[in-house]
Parts: sequence; structure tokens; C-alpha cells
Amino acid sequence: MMRLDRTELCLIAAAVVLAAGGLIAPGWLVFLLTMAFAKALVVQGVVMQMRAGLVSFGQGLFYCVGGYAVGMGGQFFGLTDLAVLLSAGVLAAMLLAMVLGLLLTRYRDIFFAMLSLAFSMILFGVLVKSPQLGSTDGFNVVSWTLFGWSPAKETAPMALLTVTLVAGLAVALLLHRYVQAGVGVLCEAVRENEVRVEYLGLSPRWLLYSNYVAAAAVSALGGGLTALAAGHIDPEMAYWTTSGEFVFIALLGGTGHVAAPFLAALVFAVVRTYAIEFVPHSWQMILGFTLLGVIVFLPKGLWSLFSRAKAKGAAAS
Amino acid sequence: MTAILETRALCKSFGAVTAAKDLNVRITKGEVVGVIGSNGAGKTTFINMVTGYLPPSSGEILFNGRPILGHTPRAITRAGMARSFQVAQLFPELTVLDNLLIALAAAESPRPSFLRPLRTKARIARAETILEEFRVTRFRDAVVTAVPQGARKLIDIAMALIGEPQMLLLDEPTSGVSVEEKTGLMDTVMSAVRHHGVTVLFVEHDMDVVRRYVSRLLAFYSGEIIADGPPTAVLEDQKVRDLVTGHGHGKSSQKGASA
Amino acid sequence: MNSIYAVLIDGTIYASWLFLVAAGLTVIYGVMRILNMAHGSFYAIGAYAAASMVGWYFNGEGAALPVWGSYLMLVVCALVAGLVVGLVIERGLLRLMYGRDEILMVIITYALLLILEDGMKMVWGVDPYMAFQPYAEMGRSVLGGLKVSNYDLALIAVSLVVGGGLWAWLERTNTGKVLRAVIHDREVAMAMGVNVGLMFTLTFVLGTTLGALAGALTAPAISVAPGLGVEVIVLAFAVVVVGGLGSIEGAAAGALLVGLARAAAVHYAPELELFVIYGVMSLVLAVRPQGLFGRTLVRKI
Repeated sequence: MMRLDRTELCLIAAAVVLAAGGLIAPGWLVFLLTMAFAKALVVQGVVMQMRAGLVSFGQGLFYCVGGYAVGMGGQFFGLTDLAVLLSAGVLAAMLLAMVLGLLLTRYRDIFFAMLSLAFSMILFGVLVKSPQLGSTDGFNVVSWTLFGWSPAKETAPMALLTVTLVAGLAVALLLHRYVQAGVGVLCEAVRENEVRVEYLGLSPRWLLYSNYVAAAAVSALGGGLTALAAGHIDPEMAYWTTSGEFVFIALLGGTGHVAAPFLAALVFAVVRTYAIEFVPHSWQMILGFTLLGVIVFLPKGLWSLFSRAKAKGAAAS
Repeated sequence: MTAILETRALCKSFGAVTAAKDLNVRITKGEVVGVIGSNGAGKTTFINMVTGYLPPSSGEILFNGRPILGHTPRAITRAGMARSFQVAQLFPELTVLDNLLIALAAAESPRPSFLRPLRTKARIARAETILEEFRVTRFRDAVVTAVPQGARKLIDIAMALIGEPQMLLLDEPTSGVSVEEKTGLMDTVMSAVRHHGVTVLFVEHDMDVVRRYVSRLLAFYSGEIIADGPPTAVLEDQKVRDLVTGHGHGKSSQKGASA
Repeated sequence: MNSIYAVLIDGTIYASWLFLVAAGLTVIYGVMRILNMAHGSFYAIGAYAAASMVGWYFNGEGAALPVWGSYLMLVVCALVAGLVVGLVIERGLLRLMYGRDEILMVIITYALLLILEDGMKMVWGVDPYMAFQPYAEMGRSVLGGLKVSNYDLALIAVSLVVGGGLWAWLERTNTGKVLRAVIHDREVAMAMGVNVGLMFTLTFVLGTTLGALAGALTAPAISVAPGLGVEVIVLAFAVVVVGGLGSIEGAAAGALLVGLARAAAVHYAPELELFVIYGVMSLVLAVRPQGLFGRTLVRKI
């Protein structure tokens, strides 16, 4: 039996509380939570790369692959089992990342950002021109089952929220270990000084490659869950502005804590819901100003508010 | 005696500038070799070529009798040749302890683990011993950017030694370090080096430091070796006095001396 | 045979448009090291300004206004829009952000893009603008059996003039020499007494004006609607990355390569249209990571 540390216990507790809360929450809130946490997984993929010093403006690629794997699995291969569909997406994304990573790991900084964006746009371009996949309109995702159980229409959203929470918790626990383990810490080292990593006898490219493939898997899982929750997929998932949104959420949360992307995605979803309702043509403007504010005042993201409060508390006691 | 490091007719030019011209160096196990030369004489270029950072224009490099030309710096590090840097190459936003822990993990395996923690008790204990040995324990939890230059150089060298190399190349270990600190720093480094039984080649501008520690001295001038022998002989050589020590003295901390 | 000819004509027209769009982006990066994500928005602002003003020009009470006035209007709109927007953004925002990481500057300009996208909706609304008159009035020519719009042909001339002008300015004038010094080594230029701040303002305004000009000149050929800038910026990225970031001749080469490739795709395999653009980009980068005309830097240790 592995010992769990405090962060891990907190994560488990948070997931249990959210699942319990979901039981009494109204339908729109259940949907909002599911979408927010599913997207938070995509953001985790962005954050994993940010820790290594790379900003991906194309994480929508794996989000889209995860989503389309779920959609196509149901539509063309008659698969409905949620676990199978999600695994298919993750597997497809990892295979793709293994190929693209060979090229992408040669690039840093803005070149990595632009090239990752380009690959995502290639998928967008292909999907838009594929009538059998619904072109720009995309297509609907079939209802899912789980190990032979098919949820009733009323229970399905809550069941999916539970699945999302379980998946999110599993990823969070793994990532919590990952960032403290060899590859995770060494990715930070690559960000800090690649020459030194090389002169310690390690391959920066191998580290970034491993990280890239792992991030793709996590993001594809988020994409699959989003597709199941939304019940629809379209090429927009791979468009570069979608990836930009993930970068935004990642910066909003910061790289300081494994829970930060979940929190940031939740804040994002709530603000978005109200902004689109009340000021439909200022939503992006709000995002833009928030982003500038985060860069200037909270360079380590929303989570730094928590760690600062903690530090203050510690200083006071 | 077999050579641990040997270069044959090593040349390097950057466009019209010749940074290395027909370098034939043979270093045997256990030697402590000093390298002097004014800025731009090709000292760092030599280290960069030998450790695989810069490809030579022509020539051969043998480490323990095996050719290593074209190998990556990491392969050469793994083969047992480590180096330090003119400007300490650390992980600036991480703590000193983390810097050492990373080096320790790297020394254990070229393929780090995905889920096993890096900061283990065993590694922390070893890192603390190293901090002790290099007399930088007081910076254990400081972020590198908050650590003074002299300590950074020591940590840089400590990280190079963690991989237990057979040979260590030190690129101006005392540059950027105050005069008072120099001797202390070199004593610390040399005692660690002797303790590990490492062959050393070090680039140095300070002739007092050179006299004190090296058993053999190479003098570089515009990409060529103009003298090679015991330090006293080399330092008294007329060519060296005219071309190297006359100019090079006291210019030890200038940046951009890498060509 | 005929279709190869058509690919060449279409490709050249598209390339000249791409070059106009990308020129400002590459100039800004070359001097300031800012990969400006908001460049597409400058393009869109130019397009909106031109479309709304040209629309007003032709719908005004005196319908007898000469057509040539509308061409003048396009250029004036671009200059005014570029100058105002460029100055406000550089003095009001970017100036405060200089010295930050290149990738952080990308994100800052991304924030700028988000703000400008909605800003345009506030000024011009969400309904599309049409300003077809300058395009239609020029008519068409028959070139070797192929009907080509004269406006498109004029675009080729304009981009040649812009490219040539930029080159001459950088290579032949004093300001150009100073700018090249800043491009080569900012710190040394500063030490030699160059007012880098002024050069940055100048460059940024030039870049925004080029972007706005591209938009204004394109406006008559399209319907100007929200989302225009977001679409254009990724194309401009592809062009400058292929050519080598910061290089004018690179942008020209990149525009030609991407333009011809896309024209070929449109004629022979229309489903590959978008794929081809980024495919070319990935291919070039795989072979030459710094782009066709880019420089590589080795880190000194």
C-alpha cells in the first residue's frame, strides 16, 4: 500500500465532495462542472509542457483527436463503451504524439508554439474538408454505456460527471507524483538550462519527448470526456483559438499546483457563462484584459493567491 | 603510460577566424594540467570541442584510446569526461539542493523515472555530504539566483564531479570570484578532485593559482599551443612572456572570452 | 498545360497578398523580437476602416464622386488606422512589457488580439461590410486565355512596391542602417547611442500600418466580418516561419512558396488546400529549422 501525502488526501476529498455536491446540483451546474473538469484535463497537458518551458498553441490537436476518437468509435465502429472510447482516444493521441514529437522536440520557444499550432491547423484543415465526418458541422456523439450498463437519460449527466471526476482525480494523483519524479523535475531542469542537462549525461530531447507524449494522452482524455458531455464534436476543437483558450486557462491557474488547472477551468467556465449571457460581445475583451492582468500581477497564476495567503499565515503564526 | 585524452591535429575555424590550429595534446592519467592564454586564444574552444559541444573542422579526439569525435556532450559525459563552465551553468530558479539532487539522479541512470520521487532520503543525504565537502551548506535551500558567484562556481564543479568522471575540464574556475576567495575555492576544488582521483585540465588566468596547483602547463596563443611543459619552464619561456603573460595577466574576469 | 499557367497566375496573386499580410509581422519581429499575434487584428482593422469608409463614399449624397477617390480612401484609411492603433498600442501597452521573454510577448499580443477582436465588434458591429466597388470598377483582363481581375493584378504591383520600398529603406537610408544595427545587436546599438525606444515605436507603427494596408487593400475583394484577423494571422505565421522570422526577403520567398503550393492544391486537390499551407511550413522547418532565410544562433558557454 502506497502512503498518501496531504495533497493527495485533499485531492481525493475534493473529488468526493464534488461528486456528492453533483447529486443535489441542478442540471446546468452538473453540465458546467463536467465540461470544466474535462477541459481542465486538456489544460493539464498544456501545463505539463509549460513546466518544461514550452508553450503549446496547438494542444487542441490532441483535444480534437480524443473527441473525434469517441465520436467516430460510436458512429462508425459501433463502440459505445465509455472506457473503450476514451482509451481509443488516448491511444490515438499518443501514437500521433510519438510521430510529431520526433520533429517538435527539436524546437523551443516561439518555434515550438508556432509549429504545434501548425499541426493543429493541419488537422482542422483536413476535418473541414472531410464530408464523411460532417465537414465544418461535425457530427453527434452516440449515447455511451459503461461495462454493459447504459444510463437513463436523466442519470447520464450525473454519471458522466462522476466518471470525469474519477478520471480527473486519477490524472491529478498521477501528475502529483509525476512532477516530483525524475522526468517531471528534469523537465523543469530542461526549462532552466538545457546545456547543463546535456552535460549531466541526459538527453533533453528524450525528456521533452516523453513529456510531450504524456501530455498528449492527458489532453486526449479531456477531449474524449468533453465530446461525451457535449454530445457533439466539430473541427473547431482543433482550431488555434481553442488552443489559445487552453493556454489562457493554464496561465490563469499557473504551474504551481496540480489542482490549479481544475480551479482555473472552473473559474473560466463560470465567468464565461455569465459573460456570454450579459455582455456577449465583450467576452473576449474580458479574457484579454484578464490575461494582461494575470501576466502583470499574478505571474504565477491564480494559485499563487493561495500559496501567498499560506505564506502570510505561516509568517503570522 | 596510456593517454586518457589525446587530440591529433585538431583544427577549428569560424569563417576567417582560426580558433584552433593543429592542436596535439596528450594527457596521461592523474595529471593536473593548466592552460593559459589571453582572451580569444582558443582555450574554451578546445574544451567545447573535446566535450562535443562544438564540432572541430578537422582532427581527431581520443578518450581512453577510443575516438569520441562526433559524440554528443551527454555521451562524452557518460563516458567519463565532465566539465565546468566559465559562467556557472546551473538551474537558476531551483534551489541549490535541487540542483544537486538532479545531478545525483542523472548520474544514477540516463533514463529517469516517471513516477518514483526524485527527492529521496538517500539522495538528500548524499547531496548534504557534497554541500559539506564544497563548504556551501549554508546555501542548501537558497534559489541559485540568490547565491554569490563563488559559491555558484563551486556548485557547478560539484555537479560535474557527481557523475564520478575520470577526467574533469575546468573552464576558468576562479573567474568572477574575488581575489580573497580564489585560493579557498581552489583548495576546496583540488582536495575534492584528489579525493576522487580525477585527471584535471583547467583553464586559468591567475598565474599564482597556476603555479600553486598544476604539474604541467600549456600556453595557447591565437589557436596554437606555443609552449608545453612544467609550469616554471613555460612561465619563463620568452614567447610566453611576450605573448601571453604580458597581456593576459589581470584580465581574468572578462566576459566573451569563449572564442 | 493551361492549368499550370492558371496555378502560376493564381499563386502569384495569392503570394503577393500573403506578402503584404506578412511583411509587417516580419518587420516587427526582426527589430523588436515580438511575434505579434495581434497582427491579424491590425489587418482586420484596416479592412473594416476601409470597407466602412468606402461604403460611405459610394452611398453619400453625391453619387457622382469619382472612383479614383475610393482608391485614395483605401490607402488613407490604412495609414490613419495603422498610425493611430500602432501608436496607442506601442506607447500604451507594449512599452511597459519590453524586456520580457519572447514567448511571454506572444501571449501578451494574444491578449491584445482578444481585446481588439471585441473592440472591432463594438465599433463596427457584427454584420459584414461590403466595399466591392473599387474591385468591380477595375474590370478584368484576359491573360493568355485566362480572365484575371485587374484589381488582383494591381495587388501584385503594390506588393512589389511595398517589398522594394522596405528593402530600399532598410538598405539605403540612414534610419534603415540604424534599424539594421538594432536588429544585429540591440545592446551594442544602444551603447552606440541609438535611441532604441524611438526605433521600436517607429517599427511597430510601420508594422501595424503595413498590416492595416494589407487589410484595406483586401477589403474590396471580400466581405469584412468578425473573425477575419484570427484567420489571417495563422497564414501570416506560416509565411514568416517558412521564410525565416524577421527577414523581408524570407517573407517574400515564403509567400511565393506558400502561395504557389496553395494555388496548386486548389487546382489539383482542393480538399488539401489548408493542409498544404501548413504542410509546406512543417516540411521547410523539418529541413531548415530557422526557415529559408533565418539565422541560427549557437549559445555561448
